[in-house]
Amino acid sequence: MNLEEYKGVYVFAQQVDNEISSIAFELLGKAKDLAKDLGTDVTAVLVGSGVKGLADQLAEYGADKVIVVDDPELKDYRTEPYAHALSSVINKYKPEIMLVGATAIGRDLGPRVSARVATGLTADCTVLEIGDFPLQAVPGQEQLHNQLLMTRPAFGGNTIATIACPYNRPQMATVRAGVMQKIDPIKGAKAVVEEFNPGFTPDNKYVEILEIVKSVAETVDIMDAKILVSGGRGVGSPENFKLLEDLAEVLGGTVSCSRAVVDSGWKPKDLQVGQTGKTVRPNVYFAIGISGAIQHVAGMEESDIIIAVNKDADAPIFDVADYGVVGDLNKIVPKLTEALKAEIAAAK
Amino acid sequence: MDFTLSKEHEMARALFKEFAEKEVKPLAQEVDETEVFPRETVEKMAKLGFLGIPVPKEYGGQGCDPLTYAMCVEELSKVCGTTGVIVSAHTSLCCDPIQTYGTEEQKQKYLIPLAKGEKLGAFGLTEPGAGTDAQGQQTKAVLDGDEWVLNGSKCFITNGKEADVYVIFAITGTVEKRGRMTKEISAFIVEKGTPGFTFGTKEKKMGIRGSSTYELIFTDCRIPKGNLLGQQGKGFGIAMHTLDGGRIGIASQALGLAEGALETTISYVKERKQFGRAIGAFQNTQFQLADMATKVQAAQLLVYKAAMAKATQKVYSVEAAMAKLYAAEVAMEVTTKAVQLHGGYGYIREYDVERMMRDAKITEIYEGTSEVQRMVISGALLK
Amino acid sequence: MKIVVCIKQVPDTKGGVKFNPDGTLDRGAMLTIMNPDDKAGLEAALRLKDQYGAEVTVVTMGLPKAEEVLREAMAMGADKGILVTDRVLGGADTWATSTTVAGAIRNLEYDLIITGRQAIDGDTAQVGPQISEHLDIPVISYAQDIKIEGDSVIVERQYEDRYHVVKAKMPCLITALSELNEPRYMTPGGIFDAYKQEITVWGRADLKDVDDSNLGLKGSPTKIAKASDKVRKGAGEKVALDPDESVSYIVDKLKVKHVI
Repeated sequence: MNLEEYKGVYVFAQQVDNEISSIAFELLGKAKDLAKDLGTDVTAVLVGSGVKGLADQLAEYGADKVIVVDDPELKDYRTEPYAHALSSVINKYKPEIMLVGATAIGRDLGPRVSARVATGLTADCTVLEIGDFPLQAVPGQEQLHNQLLMTRPAFGGNTIATIACPYNRPQMATVRAGVMQKIDPIKGAKAVVEEFNPGFTPDNKYVEILEIVKSVAETVDIMDAKILVSGGRGVGSPENFKLLEDLAEVLGGTVSCSRAVVDSGWKPKDLQVGQTGKTVRPNVYFAIGISGAIQHVAGMEESDIIIAVNKDADAPIFDVADYGVVGDLNKIVPKLTEALKAEIAAAK
Repeated sequence: MDFTLSKEHEMARALFKEFAEKEVKPLAQEVDETEVFPRETVEKMAKLGFLGIPVPKEYGGQGCDPLTYAMCVEELSKVCGTTGVIVSAHTSLCCDPIQTYGTEEQKQKYLIPLAKGEKLGAFGLTEPGAGTDAQGQQTKAVLDGDEWVLNGSKCFITNGKEADVYVIFAITGTVEKRGRMTKEISAFIVEKGTPGFTFGTKEKKMGIRGSSTYELIFTDCRIPKGNLLGQQGKGFGIAMHTLDGGRIGIASQALGLAEGALETTISYVKERKQFGRAIGAFQNTQFQLADMATKVQAAQLLVYKAAMAKATQKVYSVEAAMAKLYAAEVAMEVTTKAVQLHGGYGYIREYDVERMMRDAKITEIYEGTSEVQRMVISGALLK
Repeated sequence: MKIVVCIKQVPDTKGGVKFNPDGTLDRGAMLTIMNPDDKAGLEAALRLKDQYGAEVTVVTMGLPKAEEVLREAMAMGADKGILVTDRVLGGADTWATSTTVAGAIRNLEYDLIITGRQAIDGDTAQVGPQISEHLDIPVISYAQDIKIEGDSVIVERQYEDRYHVVKAKMPCLITALSELNEPRYMTPGGIFDAYKQEITVWGRADLKDVDDSNLGLKGSPTKIAKASDKVRKGAGEKVALDPDESVSYIVDKLKVKHVI
């Protein structure tokens, strides 16, 4: 492998139902930073069926070039044709860096592609930067420059590791949604669009999609919410979540929850905050009856203000809360809702 | 001498612990409060083979040793004394005598469904006038053609009414022993639903309140001749030998209660603050805990030794008596101290130690009081 | 039907995270468990066994101590256990791990391979799909339901806002979510039987069609540049007041921070 041949920062521009996923724009924002440090440009790889028209959007969010792989076989996500598409792009264009969203699609596609093109893949990164490997020069070992340094939490959020992929290309990473910043879209920006079709011949690895069942749309994606009122097992029952919903409504916020609540079947999975749920960083995060297991904290600790209400004074949530209130949520939350209603009414 | 458990035993303990924490502990308070028999838990345990741990596989059991069974009762009792005694009474007092004394036919008919947990077992020896003095029995069985006819009553029967199969003791005659006429006792297997077999009042108890304790009433209750368990007239020996095993079960229950109270107290004293410090920082607390932990450890060694003795020895009466005597007294002492260290909260039902202390008391009484255990031990010493 | 289930022994991070006095993670003090997603995968395999009849083989790669999870799997009902252990396999990243496990599985007959979605220590979710690539078979990740129909599997594949009902011809690899099912308990007798059974132990020499350059630390494309225990944001204020005072306290803070 001649590493010098590999150039440019590439982003897998995930689309679902021919709508570009937010993660693609987030990745482009980060890719722009990385490309700047490396003195190279940003390429988006757009894979799907009838998706060419989406290229301009990618340009607005920072893509200098868009490679479009458009084929009827790529209509809905399936591992094999998508892996074939992306690995063919990698083999042909030889990117230095390939970023993929750590979504339910990307976490399936990324490993399959990385194994196919025989390179490393770092999962669920939260920080990407360009630097040296090893970080400090070590006698007897060549220090490589302009390496992608990929930082990610592990061990349920207890440890953090920075990983490099010094001797293989591309350097691949999946990146957690909600972590990287999109740029403000540049209206009217255009990218060089190049179409590429490696040919798709169904084989045993092409699975058949019998049915697509969409979940009933929830009002707001918790990752976009500015105020989250999050409940844990301590809320006691699915019915009792009404207290949280009332509070959220007054503040124009959204209800989310911990894993325990999802496991108990009280709330759907897409409201779950944490390691195996979503990473959120709202302006205000209310943790109501949430003990604050490390896996939960990993998904919300970046929130600007964390307010915790829990009857257990030793609950670990108080270790991350900016404002912790020890007390009975059943008594406090309804009164808080009323008080806020009054405050907001008075302010008008 | 090696005091470490085998890997198998360690894994079995982890299983019992996980089951107890997940399935039993969340119900313990409610079971106590409502005095409702935890039928769902029993069904879950049945599915996992917990109701036939020491029974051989060919009879539907798990084929494990008595130590594994003792650890099961111990772990269950750590979180719920009621659940512990249900398993103990079923296994030690019903499965065990049928396994030991039953005919092949009886084992096929009764032991297999008992060990699989399809049926629940109980044991009826005690009568209003015959507790420690088993010779005071009044229940009679008379052979009439192909049937035994039972008349009389049994009291304080654990798993009463909930159980399907009962090992019952009754007088079948008198024999001359050392120049005196004594009652000849025999053991029988009686199924629930047999005409003439009814249940009296349900006892309201101080502790183990979810376990179902009933009076059993036999009024011209006719059972097949083939339901005589063991030889006619050997019932007293069967009862005593069965109770030797049962005492290991109760000792395990007592041990579990003590361990549960100790663990609960250790976490409480780390949290509870008085005079600006966790109460665990006070020397009185520390020394109390040290004594409690030492006694719990000693009790565990005696209980495990008795369980191992049952696996390897024909007679283990003394080991079982020592284990039960000591573990029961430790359970009472440790749970009482646990309540004291909890202060006022320890006296409140919301706190588990309150229940544990009430549950512990019975372990000094049933399946032979502490006084009976002392008689068994001293009797062997002075033989 | 022959099912291979890949499992991993992991430190129990749930509730039992222990720290050294200097704030670093005390791994020695943490208990080990079968990775939860893998356990769900095993349960899925055992249910297929109950329903359709199957031979379930569990494979783990790890230190010799990882034998424990194989015994646990067998006590739950798995038929065979294979431990892949060798010093040269140590320090593997997901590429080297998947290469190793695929090398082991090439020795086996299988219709279905089930892995957990991800392990709670690494959280990568990569090894399953990478094994499927090495073995050149289809993968269906994030399975929330699995059925067999003739020579195919029908799987509900979970995404963020939908699921696909996907049909694939066997052999095929499926990665299981812990939401897939509630794994069964072991049985006491099963535990003792599991310890009576032989466990197959394979080393480097037993791996099929695998190049040394793809194994262990040396064969791992990704290299750790730095690892540290996460520095957490410190605790803020904590108050214990009566409900009315608690409410005023929160309202004040929201005002100060211009939320309202």
